[in-house]
Amino acid sequence: MSTIQSTPLESLHVRLGARMVPFAGWNMPVQYTSIMDEHGAVRATAGIFDISHMGQFIVSGPGALGWLNRMLANNVAKLAPGQGQYSFLLNESGGVIDDLIVYRTAEDNFFLVVNASMIEEDYFWMAKHQPEDVEFSNESALWAGMAVQGPQSAAAFASACPGQELPPRNGIVRFAVEGGEAVVCRTGYTGEDGFEFFCPAGEGEAWFEKFIAAGAQACGLGARDTLRLEMCYPLNGSDLSPERTPIEAGLGFFVDLEKGDFIGRETLARQKAEGPAQRLVALEYTDKGAPPRSHYPLLDADGQVISELSSGVLSPSLGTGIAMAYVPAALAKPGTDLLVDVRGRHFPAKVVKKPFYKPAAQKA
Amino acid sequence: MNVPQNLRYNKSHEWVLLEGDIATVGISDHAQEELTDVVFVELPPVGKTVDVGDPTAVVESVKAASDIYAPISGEVVEVNDAVEADPSLVNTDPYGKGWIFKLKVKDAGQLNQLLDATGYEAMIG
Repeated sequence: MSTIQSTPLESLHVRLGARMVPFAGWNMPVQYTSIMDEHGAVRATAGIFDISHMGQFIVSGPGALGWLNRMLANNVAKLAPGQGQYSFLLNESGGVIDDLIVYRTAEDNFFLVVNASMIEEDYFWMAKHQPEDVEFSNESALWAGMAVQGPQSAAAFASACPGQELPPRNGIVRFAVEGGEAVVCRTGYTGEDGFEFFCPAGEGEAWFEKFIAAGAQACGLGARDTLRLEMCYPLNGSDLSPERTPIEAGLGFFVDLEKGDFIGRETLARQKAEGPAQRLVALEYTDKGAPPRSHYPLLDADGQVISELSSGVLSPSLGTGIAMAYVPAALAKPGTDLLVDVRGRHFPAKVVKKPFYKPAAQKA
Repeated sequence: MNVPQNLRYNKSHEWVLLEGDIATVGISDHAQEELTDVVFVELPPVGKTVDVGDPTAVVESVKAASDIYAPISGEVVEVNDAVEADPSLVNTDPYGKGWIFKLKVKDAGQLNQLLDATGYEAMIG
């Protein structure tokens, strides 16, 4: 992508005092006040993120279910209308092209939300395999999107959308709004209760401001990254890549090997049977140290380089360094001692169970 | 924006206070505001000799690590352990408790290469 794209909310971000940065080809807010402050708002009350850069695909027709089940790793047939699931688009060797959420909006109708940086690649890959009895369209440019996240997100919804009800977890509802239709999905990328709200692009600003008035604090990509990493949610391009499978990433729960053939299945079945040679692990500093960051070298306890961090940050909730990295299976057990190399200094870290943080919504 | 008159400023946003042959170095109010939420400060070893422009310390926010350059040549004679223990001092008191290191300078004349408060204010607009 040669030019930097703007979401329908760009001028609103600037008016709200956001610091804008290029991300995945889009001019996006990285923060409004501070990452710590915005992170804390989502954990304690509610925050709102612009996710208009993400892609929306519509799949319909009598062959839609069968086709999606051959294209995606999870079992789409398990979805009743109104339900959604996390899934993967894989290449022939089982590597991750993209991770996405697929919603069944009606018997033969599906709504897919994909990563911003992958819209074109996903679209071409899927269109290449599209059968005649399926209609498939990229509606990414038509929608504005925002994620409202945090323990008070449901209250913000009730206040901004009187008379409407949120769907259950992972569910989807649609209702008429000014200018067309709103699509509301009970999901997110923070671990907190929350929803993603999509509406016609021209209505985006008004809705974003409505949710702010309802108590959600504007949050940027900086906090989005710290929040998702505390939950060990992978970021495609960092923790997922065409060279890594969902089995190696520890996301086998979202793969259904029993549903019949799908692209990439052979590699995944073999890895599942034999155990993957490498695994994506969660690492936590055992002491204070310089914040871990992606691409920093990871060493075994003897100081030999074994890998590099795929993601890393100083966790605002825990106050300690947290990271993820692919390591040889023998070093993937919780409790394993490793070292993170930061500018030549070695900081001790331990492999820990995922996730790093348990939000209030999931403690109950 | 707070830009004290009695300090000199580097284009890379360090400030210097020269008292005798000892230069105290920190980062400006503007710099701390741009970085936001300093979460880690890596201090140089005492006794290290640095030249103008050498990366001498590292200040890290949640999002990024930023090198702090020596605005003047000299030997590190003291470092601020307090900012190692509480990095937020760089945000809350950048010209006071948030200082980072002290240099024993060789050539105080180098100070003339740095911006005065008016010049720095003009630069950060």
